[in-house]
Amino acid sequence: MTTNNEEPTQTLLAILHSIAPEIEPQDIAPNEPLRDQVDLDSLDWLNFLIKIDKAFSIEISESAYPQLRTLNDIVRYLTPIIGEPEHTQEHSR
Amino acid sequence: MIEFKLPSLGSDMDEGRLNDWRVHAGDTVARGQIVAEVETTKAAIEVECWHDGTVYELLVQPGTTVPVGTVLATLLEPGETAPPTPPDGTRARPAPPAQRTPPPTPPTARPAEAPTAPPARRRWVSPAARRTAEARGVDLDLVTGTGPGGAVTIADVDRTAESPPPKEPSVDRAAGIRQTIAAAMSRSNREIPHYYLTETIPLDTTLAWLEEHNRQRRITERVLLAVLQIRAVALAARRYPELNGFWIDGTHHSSSDVHVGVAVSLRQGGLIAPALHDVPDKPIEVLMAEFADLVSRARAGRLRSSEVSDPTLTVTNLGDRGVESVLGVIYPPQVALVGFGRTTTRSWPIGDELRAMPTVVATLAADHRASDGHRGGLFLADIHARLTHPESLWT
Repeated sequence: MTTNNEEPTQTLLAILHSIAPEIEPQDIAPNEPLRDQVDLDSLDWLNFLIKIDKAFSIEISESAYPQLRTLNDIVRYLTPIIGEPEHTQEHSR
Repeated sequence: MIEFKLPSLGSDMDEGRLNDWRVHAGDTVARGQIVAEVETTKAAIEVECWHDGTVYELLVQPGTTVPVGTVLATLLEPGETAPPTPPDGTRARPAPPAQRTPPPTPPTARPAEAPTAPPARRRWVSPAARRTAEARGVDLDLVTGTGPGGAVTIADVDRTAESPPPKEPSVDRAAGIRQTIAAAMSRSNREIPHYYLTETIPLDTTLAWLEEHNRQRRITERVLLAVLQIRAVALAARRYPELNGFWIDGTHHSSSDVHVGVAVSLRQGGLIAPALHDVPDKPIEVLMAEFADLVSRARAGRLRSSEVSDPTLTVTNLGDRGVESVLGVIYPPQVALVGFGRTTTRSWPIGDELRAMPTVVATLAADHRASDGHRGGLFLADIHARLTHPESLWT
């Protein structure tokens, strides 16, 4: 996790916490599939994506679903849409 | 004069604690309006009134636990004039109609076939104790009486006033839910001769259809496979009424309405299966919105009385937990439960070829008193046919 990702990651964890209040955000591994770590059914997952869609004022297309599995997947998906932070990108695409 | 009674809160719920009135004496109420909130072990239930009228008198005070069937209020019918003696405002009658069950007693499931409320357990509160309670701000319903016949004495009131406040209902809810499920499921296993059937359903057409539908829509308007499954079950239930309705007093009462109980797992443990109403009559987009709303309210513990009281069969979807199939336990007095497992790729013969096919296993747990395996099999085959023809689910 690079510092560049911190802000969207925190927002994503806050959204996740609002859906699954039992999670400890610091225990979420950013490169492991979220649904392997958190008990989310298909409606929870849809609600998670709807809240991301709203929080970042973006439009998540259904074709993007398969690539949105981990926390870092979602950050990578969001970055070009919500704009690059000023620092140099350190993480690989 | 209409007597407004605490409606059934589901077969496993025989009493509720009135949290709040949402109306006052003199208010006009319309059919379907939420007039009160009642706390049960499973959820806070918003109680709907099924009459048009004007509230004449509220008979039960907030904080009181009353059995299902208790008259909560009286209403004047439209056009009816109030009797000559005016009611005492919104004040309840001095003697409460029922007392709170002592907390250690677990809720017991009462057969839904006996809708008559048991007589309220009366106990005596001495006038002095009542005055003391008023002075010290003690809710008499929370006082355990130690006098003769459970009578409440001044000492009882003092003890309650000095003891720590009772725990919030939500704190006890997980344990209450467990007890309630235990009672309902024990009754089911004891009384219902279950039989089980399973059917593997290919989903290639359905998933392609769903993807195409969702691709053209905003994320908030996308439809989940779970909703198509619920609709397929509901349409099949209308065609095979012996799988829909209730087993009451040794007879199957089939229902012309199809209200699908949707099994919702709760994050704190346990589950609840509130109804999606009139599933065959609603467009799929409406069902999706109602499904999302119902699940979120079920998890937040905010359901309506009609939703907990009248599912005519239940659908459970354990697919997201990663299991292939679920052989369920029927929620009495219903007579069927349909389960869906996860979508799994299986090799599937088409002509002379084997293809990788996304599939789901649908299962039926049915009450052998109400239906037989032959009809159950036709019901499951009907679900199969509808789910593989998604266009039939849209209209």
